Amino acid sequence: MNERVKRLRQESLDTQAHIDMARAKSMTATYEKYEGSVSIPELRALVLKEYFSTKELYLGEGELIVGEKGDGPQAAPTFPELCCHTSEDMHVMNDRELINFKVKNADYAYQEQEIIPFWEKRSIRKKILSNMTPAWKDCYEAGLFTEFMEQRGPGHTVGSAKIYEKGFLDYQADIDAAIANLDYLNDKEALDKKSELLGMRIACEAVMILGERYRELALTMAAKETDEKRKEELLQIAKNCEVVPAHKPQTYWQAIQMYWFVHLGVTTELNPWDAYSPGRLDQHLIPFYKEDAKAGRLDDEQALELLECLWVKFNNQPAPPKVGITLKESSTYTDFANINTGGITPDGENGVNEVSYLILDCMDEMKLLQPSSNVQISRKTPTKFLKRACEISRKGWGQPAFYNTEAIVQELLNAGKSLADARCGGTSGCVETGAFGNEAYILTGYFNIPKILELTLNNGFDTVSGKQLGLKLGSAPDYKSYEELFAAFKKQIEYFVEVKITGSNMIEEIYAHYMPAPFLSIITNDCIARGRDYNAGGARYNTKYIQGVGIGTITDSLAAIKYNVFDEKKFSMEELIAAMKDNFEGHERILNLVRNKSPKYGNDDDYADDIMKSVFKMYHDTVTGRPNMTGGFYRINMLPTTCHVYFGEVMMASPNGRLAHTPVSEGISPEKGADTFGPTAVVKSASKMDHLQTGGTLLNQKFTPSVVAGEEGLTQMANLVRTYFNMDGHHIQFNVIDRQTLLDAQAKPEEYKDLIVRVAGYSDHFRNLSKALQDEIINRTEQAFN
Amino acid sequence: MPIITGIQKYSIHDGQGIRSTVFFKGCPLSCSWCHNPETQNYQRQLSVDEERCSGCGKCLKGCETECIQLEATRTQTDFDKCTACGDCADYCYQNLRTVIGEEYEVEKLVDLLKRDEMFYEESGGGVTLSGGEVMTQDMDYLETLLKKLTLLGISVNIDTCGYAPYVNFERILPYVDTFLYDVKVIDDQKHRHHMGVSNTLILENLERLALAGASLNIRIPVVGSVNANSQDIKAIVDYLGERKIQPVQINLLPYHNTGSGKYGRIGKEYQGETYATPAAAEMDDFAKLFTGAGFTNVKIGG
Repeated sequence: MNERVKRLRQESLDTQAHIDMARAKSMTATYEKYEGSVSIPELRALVLKEYFSTKELYLGEGELIVGEKGDGPQAAPTFPELCCHTSEDMHVMNDRELINFKVKNADYAYQEQEIIPFWEKRSIRKKILSNMTPAWKDCYEAGLFTEFMEQRGPGHTVGSAKIYEKGFLDYQADIDAAIANLDYLNDKEALDKKSELLGMRIACEAVMILGERYRELALTMAAKETDEKRKEELLQIAKNCEVVPAHKPQTYWQAIQMYWFVHLGVTTELNPWDAYSPGRLDQHLIPFYKEDAKAGRLDDEQALELLECLWVKFNNQPAPPKVGITLKESSTYTDFANINTGGITPDGENGVNEVSYLILDCMDEMKLLQPSSNVQISRKTPTKFLKRACEISRKGWGQPAFYNTEAIVQELLNAGKSLADARCGGTSGCVETGAFGNEAYILTGYFNIPKILELTLNNGFDTVSGKQLGLKLGSAPDYKSYEELFAAFKKQIEYFVEVKITGSNMIEEIYAHYMPAPFLSIITNDCIARGRDYNAGGARYNTKYIQGVGIGTITDSLAAIKYNVFDEKKFSMEELIAAMKDNFEGHERILNLVRNKSPKYGNDDDYADDIMKSVFKMYHDTVTGRPNMTGGFYRINMLPTTCHVYFGEVMMASPNGRLAHTPVSEGISPEKGADTFGPTAVVKSASKMDHLQTGGTLLNQKFTPSVVAGEEGLTQMANLVRTYFNMDGHHIQFNVIDRQTLLDAQAKPEEYKDLIVRVAGYSDHFRNLSKALQDEIINRTEQAFN
Repeated sequence: MPIITGIQKYSIHDGQGIRSTVFFKGCPLSCSWCHNPETQNYQRQLSVDEERCSGCGKCLKGCETECIQLEATRTQTDFDKCTACGDCADYCYQNLRTVIGEEYEVEKLVDLLKRDEMFYEESGGGVTLSGGEVMTQDMDYLETLLKKLTLLGISVNIDTCGYAPYVNFERILPYVDTFLYDVKVIDDQKHRHHMGVSNTLILENLERLALAGASLNIRIPVVGSVNANSQDIKAIVDYLGERKIQPVQINLLPYHNTGSGKYGRIGKEYQGETYATPAAAEMDDFAKLFTGAGFTNVKIGG
């Protein structure tokens, strides 16, 4: 990393995240000026245009890629049209210990006097909450599911090669042609389409104005610059901004700048989930890289530096501030712009190229949480690339994660995409599969599967919220067989899925009507051709997801009941319920039996894994294929972000010995401490799930540094990934644990039964070692890779 | 039927690739530094982590032989009286009581080992039979097991101390990929002292296996005052050289007291407290003795 990047990186890390009200002010003024006199899509585009025309520009010292959403690094504009923060919210965001956003003193008053009076009743959040059914509201408040769109816009989407193939002047020409082709004689939607297309046209202007303003700024700064080298850079930045975003990029540098302008457009227009992402960046940049290299304009050092400057830009953007339940489900600054490196080319050949390796070097040097830098591993991926990725991953900061290209392609084909679109797809957000540039794949919220068993055992009554949330199908002792219990559980799941979807369908309509995203629509196929907005079904594919959470906890809970109550008759259902009610206090025998002596998911044990499969299939069948409001279907994926913690908070003790209000299992990983046979068993269990029927699954594998140390450890880590992917696993990431985790494991051995450590020719479970030896290993852990 | 203490999956240091290692219970040697003291005797036995015991006394309910006594803050188990029935384990909510050792029908064991087939294939790994000592187990059982694994195309390594009748080795030779063969000290006096038996049979077997063309991986635990000196290591170098034994790999395994915590849990006392772990530089010097004598593929560690 050179000095420039080092400084920019440090600045990004050191700057405090803060609320920036400029966008909210400009937007409110735009509404006051235009609302009622123009169509909604045009109004939305004018919001972007006005802001980009007037916002304070930031061009930091030494920057090579330019543009910020707000006044500089770590600025977080607010979006009161979606979620109008109360005064209390503003204070909470400023004061809370984690994920805080500093608020300027004057802005509290501005929020209270200007923003709240104007937006309080108009915000999407208000519209959503006032339209939801009482059942939906009760379930939402009780933590049966979450709702993504109550504070942030629909997003989860990713750019394609399209961004580098045309400039926004070209898009304007496409839009004009589409307007000219509108069929007012036969198409009853023609007028709506016209409004939408006009909105897109204005949105093109908006981003071009931003580019032009940066060109002027760079020129002005160059004129004053005394350092010759920097002067030259500023002149080049001005030249870049003369080309992009109005025209298609001509160089590698311009291609990156083009992406960044698009990124700013998408994430300033609305605050979509998972921001936006260049997706298959290595595939998009390679033609520019090759051309520049041939012309002698670019060497690898410069190519890497530009990537690193882009990485800094991503890291400068904290996720939009969240409050309430939405904060709990995604408690992080990370905004999940997820870059997929490797994979295959549009022709289906090995996609690893020079830029792929540079991206790996970039993530290794930068060690930033954002962007989420990941790799796609195909059967065709060279082992050298896989091992280089493992080498970075085992350093223990969580990146890169590994995605299975063949699984992604099959998942997309299975969901009705063309082969060409599938090959250009990948994963975004955490692990979500999408046809990049062609699909609106909207996550609608997490679904608390273990909580539904809790309600099933209690005649649909929720003791935590004190409400009858579910169907009255009977209580635990009424179920005389496991099959009876499972049938009731299934009915409850179906009921809650319908409650959830009832709300989601209304929310979709609310966004389609009130909150179009004309800028995002320009760059998503086929919104222009269809004259429809991204939020109204304009994309080529429109998919909605409900993310299942807690498969480990639910599997182990059902297994504990089936095994102990029905099969082995170790205790009765009444005894189990009594123990759970007391949070297992005074019921140590039962706790020991369910926690330590029952079949568990994650051990390649068919007893438990068959239960996992049955729950997965039932959840899948209940959700998948239901129509949504934008012409597509509902599907499932299995991931939690941080929602497993929140879902656990709203739950009493579980039949598997999970104590009240503690987290449920995350992703498709086993329950904490449930897997005791090492990574191959975990991977085997996880692969019994039908990943190809999902839109993504998330598996976390914990390692102590010693297990992945050395050439041997690295090779076998790579083999583990390959084997999981041969079995159609979708994603795996490695958590190489640190000293703190080991200290925790020493204090709470029951939660870390899966932890294996290796010492000089010998491996053992950490919990089995004497305290003195544990101490020794803890002291050694830090040095493993340094 | 042999008793097995456990199957360790994702073993990546017991031969090539990702392997599953099966630990058989019972060993004719009694090395004073043994990592796996629970695999020394041939019977099932109870293991209790009394160091962590909270002294709640619930386990007493599950004990019919009255071998558990409740002291102030923990239990005290009389291992001589214990029949390893395991009933107390149900009651210990801290999960500190376990019975070590389980019998598996060959079919069942093969089924368990087959589960990681895809990993073996991808990594060039397989199964390692270890212990305890696998070569002193029921040989009919072992031969059937090996034949089945071979039929399935799963590579098998045998990790052995070498102290077993040669006929045992002969029986399974066709089905074994590589022997991980322990050589500790050449000086027989010393061997008797630390391992409790003579090394004559061990060395004879090694020579015969070499002659029969078996693939050998010589593993040498390098232990403080036992053999961590150039004289003893040199003796091994010379021995292998003189007999023209050419192992595919030589592993020098520096002693570590990782297993010491397990002794107390089975009512035994650890004898190895005074052994030191050889310094890295010392290990390098030992490795050089081998490479200097023309041996290749000499590794420190597993």
